[in-house]
Amino acid sequence: MNTAELTLSQVRYTNKTFWRNPASAFFIFAFPLMFLVIFTALLGHGTIRVSPVKVVDISTYYVAAMASFGVISACYTNIAISVSFQRDTGVLKRMNGTPLPSSAYFGARMLHALSVAVLLVVITAGFGRLLYSASIPTGLTLLRFLVMLLVGAASFCALGFAITAVIPNADASPAIVNASILPLLFLSGVFIPLGSNAPAWIVWIARIFPVWHFAQGMQAGFLGTAFSWTDVLVVAAWGLAGLLASVRFFSWEPRT
Amino acid sequence: MAELARQDGAAIEVRGLSKSYGDVQAVRGIDLTVKRGQIFALLGPNGAGKTTTVEILEGYRSRDGGTVKILGYDPGRQRQRLKSQIGIVLQSTGVDRYLTVGETVAMYAGFYPHPRPVDEVIDLVGLTAKRDTRVLKLSGGQQRRLDVAIALAGNPDLLFLDEPTTGFDPSARHEAWEVIKNLAALGKTVLLTTHYMDEAQYLADQVAVISSGRIVAEGPPTTIGHRDQARARIRYRLTGGATPPAGLSAPPGPDGLIELAPDDLTAALHRLTGWALEQHVELNGLEVIRPSLEDVYLQLTDDPAVQPGAEPASTTSADGKGRRRS
Repeated sequence: MNTAELTLSQVRYTNKTFWRNPASAFFIFAFPLMFLVIFTALLGHGTIRVSPVKVVDISTYYVAAMASFGVISACYTNIAISVSFQRDTGVLKRMNGTPLPSSAYFGARMLHALSVAVLLVVITAGFGRLLYSASIPTGLTLLRFLVMLLVGAASFCALGFAITAVIPNADASPAIVNASILPLLFLSGVFIPLGSNAPAWIVWIARIFPVWHFAQGMQAGFLGTAFSWTDVLVVAAWGLAGLLASVRFFSWEPRT
Repeated sequence: MAELARQDGAAIEVRGLSKSYGDVQAVRGIDLTVKRGQIFALLGPNGAGKTTTVEILEGYRSRDGGTVKILGYDPGRQRQRLKSQIGIVLQSTGVDRYLTVGETVAMYAGFYPHPRPVDEVIDLVGLTAKRDTRVLKLSGGQQRRLDVAIALAGNPDLLFLDEPTTGFDPSARHEAWEVIKNLAALGKTVLLTTHYMDEAQYLADQVAVISSGRIVAEGPPTTIGHRDQARARIRYRLTGGATPPAGLSAPPGPDGLIELAPDDLTAALHRLTGWALEQHVELNGLEVIRPSLEDVYLQLTDDPAVQPGAEPASTTSADGKGRRRS
């Protein structure tokens, strides 16, 4: 098999292990959908101003926000936790002793995470359309939305590989991964809308890290807010940094 | 063809291999030659440098000095080409727990240019009945056999087995041994590390004892460390107050056994049994003991006086009393 065939065959095996593992299937896949229901049930009765000229239902806002959360879970959280688990149990070391090209391994994990992310976005959008009459992007908006989705998914995958370098062992991985992403999800308006009177320091943190920019891009698709290429570029820059860090620091063997 | 030329050479050729971790010299100048089709055991205590040596040969670690040729390739510089021709069973291993045995072997087989048929490999390690069982439901011994199956999936010429049976119960060990013996029947070359004497004794054509990063003895398991030339010991227990003939007695050990290492075993045994018959004395627990591989090993790896290159000393102590070690 050549590298492309090997990659596709690895996607199939990765997919089997993903769905057969109740923890990953539940936390990665069901969580964003569950949060969408909970958040909209709790907070979904008002409206929110998402730009100086645009007011949307909070439930619609959460459709975009939970789609972002789904992509981040499927890419960053999923890859960081499952790769550090594979590393600690010796799966990676074993693979590293076979002729499997490392590009096929990384490529397969990314392709798999990306397809889970797309599936989550589609389900979230369908769910939002059905229950909260969220608008589905079409035409040029859809194209821009897809660019943001792909760039974001790939970047969060790269960051997921990169974070494994600071995860000492599999026991620590859920803690470190959640500690690195949960605060950002709050500070970037994914779980709670930032609103116009959010403290300046929160706004600054949001602007530095990729989560807020990614969520802005996803909102542009669902809520019809302005699409900014700067958001795409910031997310891509983080992704590139994650890729370089992975190339430099990724370990195929347990760290301890 | 270059491939054909390589067939004549040794499978593994190591000269002057050295490796340090910081100030610790893990491997201090090891020479090894493993012929094609051989089962070669690298025997040594924990921390002797076995795994470091094997992981350099597999290409996982870089070396500080020396030359290494594995099937004609340098694992440091030609690792990618070497990978498709070797199979590796690591000391601590993992496979994705949610795949079945069949899926796992098929996945790994897919990485290699000329894999062995999946069902054949599974049959070879005796896991046919578990083909559709997920890895997380396998016992420890079954998982180890799966490790061997994965290493065989690419139909390699050379297999590295790093402590293949550590942590096994006796029946699982014997199962694993049969699998490894089968590999030799397939014409594979096997380099295995172990700290079990009986494993090396049972499996290996050639044994090298490694201690503190050096090879302290090498040879077939029956003659290593001059085991074949070492004196055999006689052991027996006397009941009542009989006094054995001169030269055939020794102070009994804590277990009441008298142990001696006579110069002429046959004559000594004849005298002893003749005396016992005459005197109507029972020689309880009479046995003749050849120095075991374990005795040789313990002496080679325990004794700080053993220097590399020095001739290993005789396995029995000079005063003829001998020792029992466990």
